[in-house]
Amino acid sequence: MQLSAEGRALRPDSGVRLNSFWRTLLMLCVCTAPVLGGVLPEDRADAMFHYYSGGDITVDGPSVLIRKKVGDNFSFSLDYYEDMISSASIDVKLSASPYKETRKQWSGGVEYLHGKSTYSAGVITSKEPDYKANTTYFSISQDMFGDLTTLTLGYRRGWDQIYRDIKNTDGQIINDPTFHERADHRGYSLSLSQILTRNTIASFNYELLTDQGYLANPYRKIRYSSPGQGEGFTLADQVYPDTRTSNAASLTLKHYLPWRAAVSGQYRFFRDTWGIVAHTVEVEYTQPWHNFTFDGSLRYYRQNAADFYSDLFPRADYQNFMARDRELATFHSFTIGFGGEYQFPHFAWAPWMSRSTFNVHYAHLMIDYADFRNALLADQYGAGNEPLYKLNANVLTAFFSIWY
Amino acid sequence: MLPRLAFITVAVGLLLGGCSPIQPWVKPYEREHFADPIMSFNRDPVSNVYFDHVFESREGARGATGTVGGGCGCN
Repeated sequence: MQLSAEGRALRPDSGVRLNSFWRTLLMLCVCTAPVLGGVLPEDRADAMFHYYSGGDITVDGPSVLIRKKVGDNFSFSLDYYEDMISSASIDVKLSASPYKETRKQWSGGVEYLHGKSTYSAGVITSKEPDYKANTTYFSISQDMFGDLTTLTLGYRRGWDQIYRDIKNTDGQIINDPTFHERADHRGYSLSLSQILTRNTIASFNYELLTDQGYLANPYRKIRYSSPGQGEGFTLADQVYPDTRTSNAASLTLKHYLPWRAAVSGQYRFFRDTWGIVAHTVEVEYTQPWHNFTFDGSLRYYRQNAADFYSDLFPRADYQNFMARDRELATFHSFTIGFGGEYQFPHFAWAPWMSRSTFNVHYAHLMIDYADFRNALLADQYGAGNEPLYKLNANVLTAFFSIWY
Repeated sequence: MLPRLAFITVAVGLLLGGCSPIQPWVKPYEREHFADPIMSFNRDPVSNVYFDHVFESREGARGATGTVGGGCGCN
């Protein structure tokens, strides 16, 4: 989509220029803004194993995060994350072949503390056989009003390269030489955390994300009705819009109870230009007990379908954009989660280690789709009359953390 | 005219704010509960990023979680 400025001729050299009035006011604001401040993150290292199993997909792998301060003003972080994927999902069974692959992600970041302002910047690079993604981000954080308020403004930019794997004549999996697409992403975020009382803190987050390029999944297909042929439907390529803009805003409240425990509640509203509107509600309870800390959470999520989504289109080329990705379908989900942390006694042989913990977090995810059917059962029920699909998944993380 | 007026109001507010900072209604010595790790919004950053990634890969909604994730082809 190309936008043009109607009725206003833009000179090639015009740009955005401020007149003397705006320049003076801007200078006054910058120069007289109160000098306020922040705190660098703690020196910490985490080594995690993660596991996901659901819908005939298994994803597991390690992740390691190390943070270290250098001097009084800098903190550096390095993170490695790996997904080992084994997939025979319903989508794969319908229109592709079961596969195994590994995704590796590196990220590095730096935080700089100046007065009560914190500047953060970093890069994330992710690589899998058919997808490469690079992301950079930058944010400025400022503590204000006696450190009761923290305002953070962030920007991120991503560049993805998308390939499609095929089997060659020797049976080897290679990138399809006829398919190479790109997608660009931009994100703008605003975060405000506010101490409300001596026991309650609130956090507001807003994020605007825009995407441009190839935004579909190249392996998945739409299906359209073709009575009398095969199972009553025919598969065809998905056609997505080239752009997407989304707005998301969330509010979280966290409260310290009269005994040593915390309860939090979060609501998030989401809307995008594809017609998806989503609501997320989550509550969490945290209870320490001796050297343990236990967490319990319940999350509810629901969304309506994208404007161009259909489980079964009436005919081929029914409309300009067509998708059958179940992430764009109408569905709701419940997630119930439990977590436990054990804090080790201080190790005499490691005086440099101030604290160490072992953690396990488990979540059970249940998704009920309202308009995504199990097309693998079409020969039994007829196309368009198959049972609605449900996904149940188990998600686990287990990790050691040390502070030094 | 209206945007200029609004801008002047904000600028004057900031100027005055620089002269007489707002008095914190929760004093520093009353904030011991916020130093407790259980009151952190992001107590376990590695695990939180992972769970956000799990949800984002399976849902249409994204963003405003307070974490930054990279791109992936993980539909």
